[in-house]
This record gives sequence, C-alpha cells and structure tokens, in this order.
Amino acid sequence: MTLIVKTLTAMEPETPGWRARLAAWTPFLVIAPSLIASFVYVFVFSGWTLYISLSDSSMLPSYRFVGIRPYIDLWSNLRWKIAYSNLFFFSGFYVVLAMLLGLALAIAIDQRVRGEAIWRTIFLYPLAVSFVVTGAVWRWIYSPDVGIEHFVRGFGWSDFTFRLTTDRNLAIYAIIATGVWQSSGFAMALFLAGLRSVDPDLVKAAQIDGASRFRIYAKIILPTIAPIFVAVAVVLLQFAIKTFDLVVALTNGGPGISTTFPANYVYDLMFQRGQINIGAAAAVMMLLALAVVLVPYSLWLVWRRRREGRAYG
Amino acid sequence: MATLTVARLRKRFANVEVLKGIDLAAAHGEFVALVGPSGCGKSTLLAMIAGLESVSEGEIRIDGRLVNAVAPKDRDIAMVFQSYALYPTMTARQNMTFGMESRGVPRAEQEAAIKRVAALLQIEQLLHRKPGQLSGGQRQRVAMGRALVRDPKLFLFDEPLSNLDAKLRVDMRTEIKKLHHKVGKTTIYVTHDQIEAMTLATRIAVMHQGQLQQFDEPAVVYGQPANMFVAGFMGSPSMNFIPAALSEAEGVATVEMALFGGGVARLPLPFRPARAPAGNRVVLGVRPEHMFRYADDLKLRKPAIATFEAPVEVVEPTGAETIAVLKLGERDVTGRFDPDGAPRLGEHMKIGVDMANVCLFDPSDETLIPRAAN
Repeated sequence: MTLIVKTLTAMEPETPGWRARLAAWTPFLVIAPSLIASFVYVFVFSGWTLYISLSDSSMLPSYRFVGIRPYIDLWSNLRWKIAYSNLFFFSGFYVVLAMLLGLALAIAIDQRVRGEAIWRTIFLYPLAVSFVVTGAVWRWIYSPDVGIEHFVRGFGWSDFTFRLTTDRNLAIYAIIATGVWQSSGFAMALFLAGLRSVDPDLVKAAQIDGASRFRIYAKIILPTIAPIFVAVAVVLLQFAIKTFDLVVALTNGGPGISTTFPANYVYDLMFQRGQINIGAAAAVMMLLALAVVLVPYSLWLVWRRRREGRAYG
Repeated sequence: MATLTVARLRKRFANVEVLKGIDLAAAHGEFVALVGPSGCGKSTLLAMIAGLESVSEGEIRIDGRLVNAVAPKDRDIAMVFQSYALYPTMTARQNMTFGMESRGVPRAEQEAAIKRVAALLQIEQLLHRKPGQLSGGQRQRVAMGRALVRDPKLFLFDEPLSNLDAKLRVDMRTEIKKLHHKVGKTTIYVTHDQIEAMTLATRIAVMHQGQLQQFDEPAVVYGQPANMFVAGFMGSPSMNFIPAALSEAEGVATVEMALFGGGVARLPLPFRPARAPAGNRVVLGVRPEHMFRYADDLKLRKPAIATFEAPVEVVEPTGAETIAVLKLGERDVTGRFDPDGAPRLGEHMKIGVDMANVCLFDPSDETLIPRAAN
C-alpha cells in the first residue's frame, strides 16, 4: 500500500506535465497536415513556377536561368495580349453585372415575395452546374443551327439573326452573359443573407424618420452590408481570373483567337506546344493579377479587424 | 403637446387575436407606461401607435386626428427602440440628422436642433463617434437624441432600458424621468419591468393576454389593483393571496383565515366591502410590506392592525430589509421586515397586519371587491 502511494506521488509531477504538453501541442498537430500541404502546393509550387518562368525550359523543365526572356517572348505574342486584355474586359463586366443583377434579385426577394424559397432555388441553381456544362448548354443556345436564332426563325421570322459566338467582336459578350447567368444567383444568395441580417428595427426607425424606401436601401441597409459587397466582388474576381472551362466549352477561344483567356493560353503553351517557360511566365502574370485583387483585400480585412478591436465595448 | 386616444383597438395575426379591444387615452404631456408580461401585446400596441403594424379594428387618434391609415413618418412621432436601432455606418450626429435630412429641414435648423439636444443629453463630445464606438448608456442617449431632435407630438419608448446592466438602468431611468420633466412631451413607454412603470409613469396600463387589465395612476394600480393578475404583477415580492371567509362580528366586517397547525385567525376590517361574494368566500391580498413584528406601540401608529401567529420558515436578509417566508394554513406567505427585530428562523412569530391596506378579491372571477363608501 505504502509502495503504491509512493510510486503514485513519484509519478505525479511527470504525468500531468506530459499530458499538458500534449494538450498544448494538439491544435498544431491537428492543423499541421493541411498547413504543410497548402504550404507545399501554394508556396513551393508557386516558387517553382516562378523559377521555371525564368528558365529555358521547353518540353520538359530545365533549370538553366535565362532571366526575363520568356516574359519578353510572352508580351510580344498578340494572342497573349488579347488574352490579357480579355481578362480585364471580362472581369470588369462580369463582376459588376453579376453583382448588380444579384443585388437586384436579392432586393426583389427581400420584399417578402410569395414563394420565396422557389425563387431563391431557381436563381441559385446555375451555381450547382459546372462551368463546362454551362458552357456546353449556352453554346447550343447561341448556335445559329439549334439555338435562339433557329427557334425564332421557326416562328416564321426567317431573316432573324442572333450570332454572338460567331462574331469576333461580340463573342466576348456571349461569355460575359453566360458568366453573369451562372454567378448572379451566388451574389444574390450572399446579398440576401446580408439583407436578412440587418436589424429590422433599423428599417422601422428609418420609416419613422421619414426616409423613402430607396433612401432606406441607399443610406442604411446597403452601407450596413458593405463588407458583403467586398467579399462578393473578391470571390467573383477570382472566378473571373481563373476562367478556363467556360471558355473552352462555349467558344474554345474563338472565333479565331478573339476570346482567348490567360488560363487557356497557359494550358496551350504548357501542354500543347511544349513552351513550359513561357507558359509559366503567363501563369505568373495571372498570379500578379490575382495579387492585385487579393492583397488589398487582405490588407483591408486586417485594417478593419484592428479598427474594430479598438472600438468601444 | 398632443393627446393620444386608442379606442376598441384589435389586432389579429391570421387567426390569433393578440389585442382584444384596447381603450386607452393619454392627455397632454402625460407619461403612460404599458406594462405586462412578455406576450401580453404591449409591444404590438406600441407598434400600432407608431404605424409599424396595421390596425385590424378600432381606431387610433393623435391630437384627435384619426391615424389608422397614416404612414409612420406622417404621424409626427418619435420612437426609441429596445435595440436602439442606431444606423451603424453613421456617426451619432448623422444618426440624429438623418430624419431631418429626409424631411428636407434646412441645414441651419438642423445644426440648431443638434446643438439644443446634444446639450440637453450631454452628448456633445460623442457626436463624431459611430455607434460601435459608444457604450450602452451612450448609445441609449444618442437614440433618445435622435428622437428628440424631431420635436415630435408623441414619444414612444419600446423597452429602452432592458439592454443595460442593472446599475446603468437605474441611472437612465432617472435621466428619462428628468428628461420628461424638462421637455414635457406626451410619452408612451413599454416595459415589462413594473418598477420602471411605477417610477416613471403618470398612469400605468397593465396588460395581460391582449386585454387591458387596469389603467390608472401608479398609486391606485398598486394599492387597489383591479384584479388578482394586476395585484400579483405589480410589486416585488408579489402580493400574498390567502383564501379566507368573510364574516361579521359585533357589526364589523371580519376576515377569517386558517392558521398553520389548526385554529382560525380573525382579522377585523377597517372598511366595509361593497358586496359579499358567493358563500362569503374571499381571497385576502396582503402586500409583504404590510406585515410587521407585532409590538404594543404598533397599534398606536397603525390603528387598523390585526394580529395572527405563524412559524418562520425561511429568512432572506437583503441588507435594507429582511424577507421572511411564514407558514400560514397550507400555504406560504412572504413578509418584508425591518432588519431591526427581523424574524428568526424557526421562531413562532406574532404578526401585525395593517388591514387598512389589504385587498379583498372574489375567488370566482378574481376581481377586486371594492370598498363601500362610508
């Protein structure tokens, strides 16, 4: 008996120490695998791509450093210039239109319409469809042989023309329209959640204050959900920059090269033409475009958290 | 200055009737408290006065004008919400000028109004802050400021103090009372806290299950509650209800009640009940503060004292007073005693009841049996 007691007392200082240390390390152990994986996949491979973009790799990676020559080659290529300007043109229209449409839908649904759940599902449904499927379906819709043109002509309007995807100047709008169709429901869902999170007393107070419905939205509700605008814009922008499958399925970069996007170009150079270094350079340019969006956003988040931390109670 | 009249007001949500014919009137400059347990319909009534809820039946008049179908902004009212409902993206100043801007009040007038109200509420140094940078009490002040700049006919408060901690609540209660004294606006104040209602109101409307139970001055609501619900709701600890019988001894109306362990106490009344209920069965209502430790000099100060004896079961000293639970017949009664000579646990105590302040209720419908005029 005394022996057991002695052993126990001898063990005591050690056991809780070991346990406490394990408890302290548990959070790190749990998140370590995903942390390591994301570090490898994001930072190591980004660094590798950056290095490759400065090398003379062609079919296979090579590690001979050639400086910024791949970038010069990249920027002297007309197809890349079109792709990069397409990216900005598309992103601007796509983000603004999807947000406007999403906001309009959210405000309309927020008026306590009948059958709200049905409307919400209808508008959100496109998001459940992958970009490839969306692209394929809309390709038929735009197609003169089976789509809208064919449909309207079927009524007897025999010289009706609707040819977005076959016109090199208009094809980009077909992509914008399809992208907006796909994503405005997503914007709507987030905006609607934001609108619903606004304290209904605010609206009542504004009603008593004599504000019109438009003024209530413009001055009180929308400023209150401003952070949601930023979040939606950032998510949509990175959708836009990554645009690949939608274009492949809808126009495959055509007619000609008019709707080439950076992601398509990268894929082409890396896996079709054996110019890995220029492909990597193009990928780095895309990363830069993403950074232009995401770095200010994360700085803004940090700034906002600091400011809120300083706020009273 | 304005009056408010509410007549036969009903509110139905689908098949549920939440207000069942409310009649209420507030005179110029009056402070009316709507009080009742949650779900009694008091907030709905306030929202209907504000125009935020439609009227199912009956009428609401502000200054004699029927406002049933008038939009909230055209009723010339101001409201302070339980959540304050300050616009979070605006500074305190912008919160206060928003209503004036919506109405197109000239800038110079806005400035003057802000100056006047900020000085009144002592919030000059907070005007540039946003609601997130204000403490609870400061938000409360800004919310009141937003209501005050409008110079409305009617002031509506929806449980404005329930989000504050206990100490701040007492301070702000005093502030609201001072403020009402200064500006003298007709005010409707919703609260579930009977102490707030008692301290602030010139008249109290007690509501229960969509019906107005009593609408009278605080002293009357407290001293002569219309029924057992009002009696039990107003006052803390609440009134003791003791089943008893009414009888007559030597020409004096007397209440007889059972004592613990057998025996009957006879308590003569200093007044005559206006009517005798069926079988002379009554419920005697005694507030805890009307019970005392009996001493010979008590009779000199309170001539209507009657006595009985009861064992002490629980003693709860709160500092300023001592709450004791006594055994009477089959039930417990609560008394508030002076800490000097407070009851001791297990003691068999001689209690003096001030019969001038007791109430008699009819057990069949729980209404007050009024006193007969002498």
